[in-house]
Amino acid sequence: MAARALTKGLLGLRQSRTVAVGYSIAGHQYSTAAPIKAPRLQVDDVSEKLLTLPLEKPDFFRVSELFSLKDLFDARVHLGHKRGCRHRLMEPYLYGCRLDHDIIDLDQTMEHLQLALNFTAHIAYRGGIILFISRRRQFCHLIETTAKECGEYAHTRYWQGGLLTNANIQYGPGVRLPDLIVFLSTLNNVFQQHVAIRDAAKMNIPTIGMVDSNCNPSLITYPVPGNDDTPITMELYCRLFKMTINRAKDKRRQMELLHGLSPSSS
Amino acid sequence: MWTNMAAHRSTRAVGLLLGRCGGRGPVRVEVLTRQICQTSGLCRKNLAAAGPEKFSLEFIQKQVEDFDIGRRHLANMMGEDPETFSQEDIDRSIAYLFPSGLFEKRARPHMKHPDQIFPRQRAVQWGEDRRPFHFLFYTGKQSYYSLMHETYGKLLSVEKHQDRMRSKGLFSNEVKNMSLSSSRWLTKEELEALLVENVSLQDYEHFLQLMERLLATPYSAIQEEFVLHYRRQLESQSKKQAVPPLERDQAGVAFSTAQGRRKTSQSSVVLRDGGSGRISVNGQDYLAYFPILQDREQLMFPLQFGGVLGRFDLQCSVSGGGRSGQAGALRLAIARALLSFLSEGQMEAMRQAGLLTTDPRVRERKKPGQEGARKKFTWKKR
Repeated sequence: MAARALTKGLLGLRQSRTVAVGYSIAGHQYSTAAPIKAPRLQVDDVSEKLLTLPLEKPDFFRVSELFSLKDLFDARVHLGHKRGCRHRLMEPYLYGCRLDHDIIDLDQTMEHLQLALNFTAHIAYRGGIILFISRRRQFCHLIETTAKECGEYAHTRYWQGGLLTNANIQYGPGVRLPDLIVFLSTLNNVFQQHVAIRDAAKMNIPTIGMVDSNCNPSLITYPVPGNDDTPITMELYCRLFKMTINRAKDKRRQMELLHGLSPSSS
Repeated sequence: MWTNMAAHRSTRAVGLLLGRCGGRGPVRVEVLTRQICQTSGLCRKNLAAAGPEKFSLEFIQKQVEDFDIGRRHLANMMGEDPETFSQEDIDRSIAYLFPSGLFEKRARPHMKHPDQIFPRQRAVQWGEDRRPFHFLFYTGKQSYYSLMHETYGKLLSVEKHQDRMRSKGLFSNEVKNMSLSSSRWLTKEELEALLVENVSLQDYEHFLQLMERLLATPYSAIQEEFVLHYRRQLESQSKKQAVPPLERDQAGVAFSTAQGRRKTSQSSVVLRDGGSGRISVNGQDYLAYFPILQDREQLMFPLQFGGVLGRFDLQCSVSGGGRSGQAGALRLAIARALLSFLSEGQMEAMRQAGLLTTDPRVRERKKPGQEGARKKFTWKKR
């Protein structure tokens, strides 16, 4: 198997670069072609620097300054559902249960939210497509307005089956799928997990999800335990995401101007 | 012969690449191929599943340029000014240069702007970085959902306005609503044409429900313009009988004019008051023009019904058709002209008698395979 892969490599890809390098597999000596470093242009250097600079600091976009524990408490993020609705996998995220109502641990929420917002900021900085999904009719208009204002996309309507998995036929050939999906509520109207969570996992799209105490956080890349039912909470989330994305995009434009590049497409 | 065969059948060769392990000699590869023959049946395109033909943007633009050049050529040919050559002039010129006797108007030669010939299509939805333009692109029905979003936004703004009025204490329930009796909602097909997208029946009904909800709120009149954009005027209102106006000539004699049609005859009648019942048809006396009693009875019927036999003078002109058709056309014209001299009740009575209705019966065409319009050839059992 390894030998077959080796010959495929020989015949297929690396024929243009011809420096001989020796190596051994399972005791046999082989020699084969290895890649030369091709001379890089200056533009490549600058764009590479643009992409790697934000990765040097843990909180390059300073998203932790956007919210505090008190803000989360005032927006009632800690209020979960009743004990009977509790999902087993949400138990690590719960602080406790008071008079049958689950209380979500806001310290954990702070950490998770910071990770999620940081990730969103990096995606937005690199010009990725962010899709907001929620199936709550109450907040449909709010979420669509948020998406419009930050220049990203929203889907708060009935989810047709093949939107992610059958994209080439649904939208047309050559469509670009979202690079990040943000679930402001992971359940659909019949209290089942939204189909898009599974589809995003199938299509290797990272997801951020606000998981309430009755939701399943397993397939979500960056779950954020928190309330998803109150209007004030949803407004807080929308505001936070909008500010993060705008901040990241402004930073990108600033960096490009600084390095004298024309606005790149990637 | 071999090339002919290749033209009919496409062959695929499947190959396996095998490498020899062992570093002693140069690596040798052996390629085994297996021939798979496909018939032309698989190569045929599924035309039914392809959908309506899509035209690229460059193609449409080229068509528009060609049309404009052709229009200027046509204007030069007809000896008219190319700058002010309108679509009516084009139609007229084409009808003159290429006279056609075809009954089907759509089959006749025509020259129209490409926008009216090629159906409206969606342009490509994303830019060069492949980011879609519309924020609701990933829903699949972006125009429809953006319409719903906009409508809901208007509803929220109306409710906000209502709250403001309430807080100022100026809220009143008797706010004038817009008059919607003369218009109707868009049909589903019209909405599809507006959005350039397929709209399902449920979606259409949801849209109408949302609009009705918007109209049900008290201060919906502030969004009147938005709502009227999605309503269409009702085509035919309840038409009242068009009474010809009563005119007076220089001598002070009251008269009225009216037209009438029956089969292929067209007539025009001038009814003068203060006369003695003289009737002239095409310059001739009616007794000479209509020797048959039945035709003269047709002329008299409206006057006799109104009870004004000796009061009016008639000056009629009639053309086309035969004697009965001309008589019927004149009867209708006289009845219409008489309306300006009669009361409402008498007018209603005339309408009930059928004097004011154009007779829609015309000659039915002969069909092939039959003797006449209805008569069939003799039926033979065997």
